[in-house]
Formats: sequence, C-alpha cells, structure tokens
Amino acid sequence: MPFASVPAPDAPEFSGPSILDFFPPAILFEGTPFELNRIMLLRLVIVAILILLFWLGTRRMRLVPGRFQGTIEMGLDFVRVNIAEDLLGKKDGQRFLPLITTIFFLVLFMNLTGIVPGINIAGTSVIGLPLVLAVAAYIAFIYAGLRKHPWTFLRNALFPPGVPWFLYIIVTPIEFISMFVLRPVTLTLRLLMNMIVGHLLLVLFFSATAFFMVDLGGWWIAASAVTLAFGTAFTFFEILVAVLQAYVFALLTAVYIQLALADEH
Amino acid sequence: MLAELIIAAEEAPNPLLPAWYDIVYSLVPFILILLLFWRVVLPRMRTMLDERAALIEGGIAKAESAQAEAQAALEEYNKLLAEGRAEAAKIREQARAEGTAIIAELKEQAAAEAARVTATAQQQIEAERQAALVSLRAEVGSLALDLASGVIGESLADDKKATALVDRFLADLATDSKAKQ
Repeated sequence: MPFASVPAPDAPEFSGPSILDFFPPAILFEGTPFELNRIMLLRLVIVAILILLFWLGTRRMRLVPGRFQGTIEMGLDFVRVNIAEDLLGKKDGQRFLPLITTIFFLVLFMNLTGIVPGINIAGTSVIGLPLVLAVAAYIAFIYAGLRKHPWTFLRNALFPPGVPWFLYIIVTPIEFISMFVLRPVTLTLRLLMNMIVGHLLLVLFFSATAFFMVDLGGWWIAASAVTLAFGTAFTFFEILVAVLQAYVFALLTAVYIQLALADEH
Repeated sequence: MLAELIIAAEEAPNPLLPAWYDIVYSLVPFILILLLFWRVVLPRMRTMLDERAALIEGGIAKAESAQAEAQAALEEYNKLLAEGRAEAAKIREQARAEGTAIIAELKEQAAAEAARVTATAQQQIEAERQAALVSLRAEVGSLALDLASGVIGESLADDKKATALVDRFLADLATDSKAKQ
C-alpha cells in the first residue's frame, strides 16, 4: 500500500485508491506466464458463467421460448440485429457475428464485475483483455478487406481514389496512422481507461466514506453521507458505462469491418 | 502526499504494459468464448430461428388455404341457396297455377250441378202441372155437368151432346190459358 511506508503517528491517514489495485498479489504460479491473481481468477469465473449461461440457454431451444430462453434470445438478437446485420447486412453480418457477439458479451460481463460487491474490479481493467479484443477486431477488419478486395484493399486504404496525387504526401500517412495504429489503440484505451477510472472513482468515494465515518467521526459523518450518495450514484453510472462500452466496442468492430468491405475500397 | 504518490507510481507496474500472464488469461477466455458462440450457441440459435420462420410461414400458408376453402364453401352454399330459392319459387308458382285450375274446375262442376238441379226441378214442376191439369180437367168437367144438371133439373150425364159441349169449353179454356201464358 502506498501510505503504509510513511506511517503517521497522530492524524489519521486517508488511504485512497491505488494503481496497485489492478496488480494484486499472485495466488498461484507466481512468476510464470500462468500467474493467477484475483483479477485473472475472476476472468476465468466469468468465462465459466458465460459458458454455463449460454450453453444451458440454448441447449433445448423451443420454437415458443420460455422466460429464460427468451432473455438469452433477446441478448443474442440485440447483437445480431442491432449491430451485425444493421451495419454489415445479412450475409456479412452472419460471417462476422461470432466475433462481434463474443466481443459484446465478453466485454459486458467482464465490465459488470466492477460493481459486483466483493469483486469490485472489472475484468477489462487490466490491459490484456482490451488489447486482445482490439487485436482480434484489427485482424478481422484487415482480413475482411483483403478477402473482399485482395488487390486493391491496401492501395485504396492508403491512397484513397479521387484525391489529387500531390495530396497523398499528407493523406497517406494520416490514413495509415488512423487505420492501422489509432483504431486498435483507441479501442484498447477507451475500454481500459473507462474501467480503470470507474474503479478508482468508486474506491475513492467509498474509502472516503469510510474515512469520514470511522477515522474522523463527529461532524465529518455529514460529509460521509455526501460521498456515500455519490458512490451509490456512480455505481449505477458504472452499470451504464459497462453496457455502453461493450456496445461501443462491438459496434466499432462492426464499423471497421464494414468500412473494409465497402465497395470504394 | 504528492511525493508518496510519486513513489507509489514508481513502484507500481505501468498499466499500459501487459504482463505475460495478463495476455494468457485474456487470450484463453477470448478463444473459449469465441468457440462457444461460433460453434455452439449461434448455430443452435440459427437452427431455431430457421425452424421458427418455417413454422410461421407454414402457419400462414395453412391459414391461406383454410381461407380459400372457406371461401369456396361459402360460394357453394350461396349457389345452393340461390338454386333452392329458385326451386321454391317455381314450386310456389306451380302450386298457385294448380290451385287456380282446381278452383275453376270446382266452379264449373258446381255450375253444372246447379243447372242440372234446376232442370230437374223444372221438369218435375211441369209434370206436376200436367198431372194437375189432367185431373183438374176431369174434375172440372164433372163438376160443371153436375152444376148444369142441377140448374136445368135433369141429368146430362149420358147426353152425348152435353159431353161434347163440355169438352169444347175446356179446350177453349186451355187455349185461353195457354195464350195468356
């Protein structure tokens, strides 16, 4: 802990959130590539929950769905209709649906652990998962473009047709950076930073509440009511952020694939 | 406090540099969930949606055929109804004609009967009149002779002249009454 190194004898010390929250001590296999800490463990638990939920939800599908099957169908249909088919059309939507569905539900469930009491940290708040998903989206849209326009995809992406030749000096580096560097980087950082900041904010509000109420006491308890109210409000806000970031990540993946498939390329 | 934070930041790993274990525990969940959706969930979902679409389309086709059948049945019914109506009208017309014929026949019969009865009665009257006339003639003759005998004081009964006279008188009477009629 950052403040443990400098003990303060008299005044109570406020112990705020720390970046070390995202690097908890190892539980198993310390020092190996399979080092397991509580965040990695919660990722595995989420994977198990997802497999269980969707395996059971689609095991015996009825033509007239029950309540559970109806909920599962609603979730899958949201991704299929509102993201994949809306942007890519029926045929290409079908092709890239597994990837887009995976990204949506993986990000959604990993985000939501940030507000689950007792876990309180998102599975996506460590860079690995956002990075892996962004790389998957990156490979997917480049694959989509090369497959559809094997000879012209890269040329048209870097040298957009209809631009005077001398402007390529400016346009080509911009296109290159935006397409092949900024897209995966922004995908990764948007999700990662949202989750890191969400966690830090919640920890700040709730640890401040505890500090005001327990360590200071007296009139400071009034302040703790304010921080508690903010913490509660931001917990609900984090639910919104979790859903929104999952939607944005899946939507942007579909948009990049759509741009790669577009006919002017 | 700022200094402490800086110390903490120096000690803490950079959150933008992924650790190997982080990559491992990101790649494994991604691959597992990708396989789950790609190989299991989405094919099941697609099969179910196809079956549901087929069911709905089948239902629509069935409903359409049922509607067509109902339409045909209705037309058939209407046709039969019209035929029935026409037949009923025909029968009614026929019955009316027959009724008229029967009434006319009955009237004719009644008239004939009446005529026959009248004729019979007339004949009877005529016969009775003749009978009355004959008996009256005999009666009146003898009465007149009796009366005349009384008047002249002798019998005229066997007098051939007197008998002839009476007969002539009665014949005159008959012609008189006939002329009067």
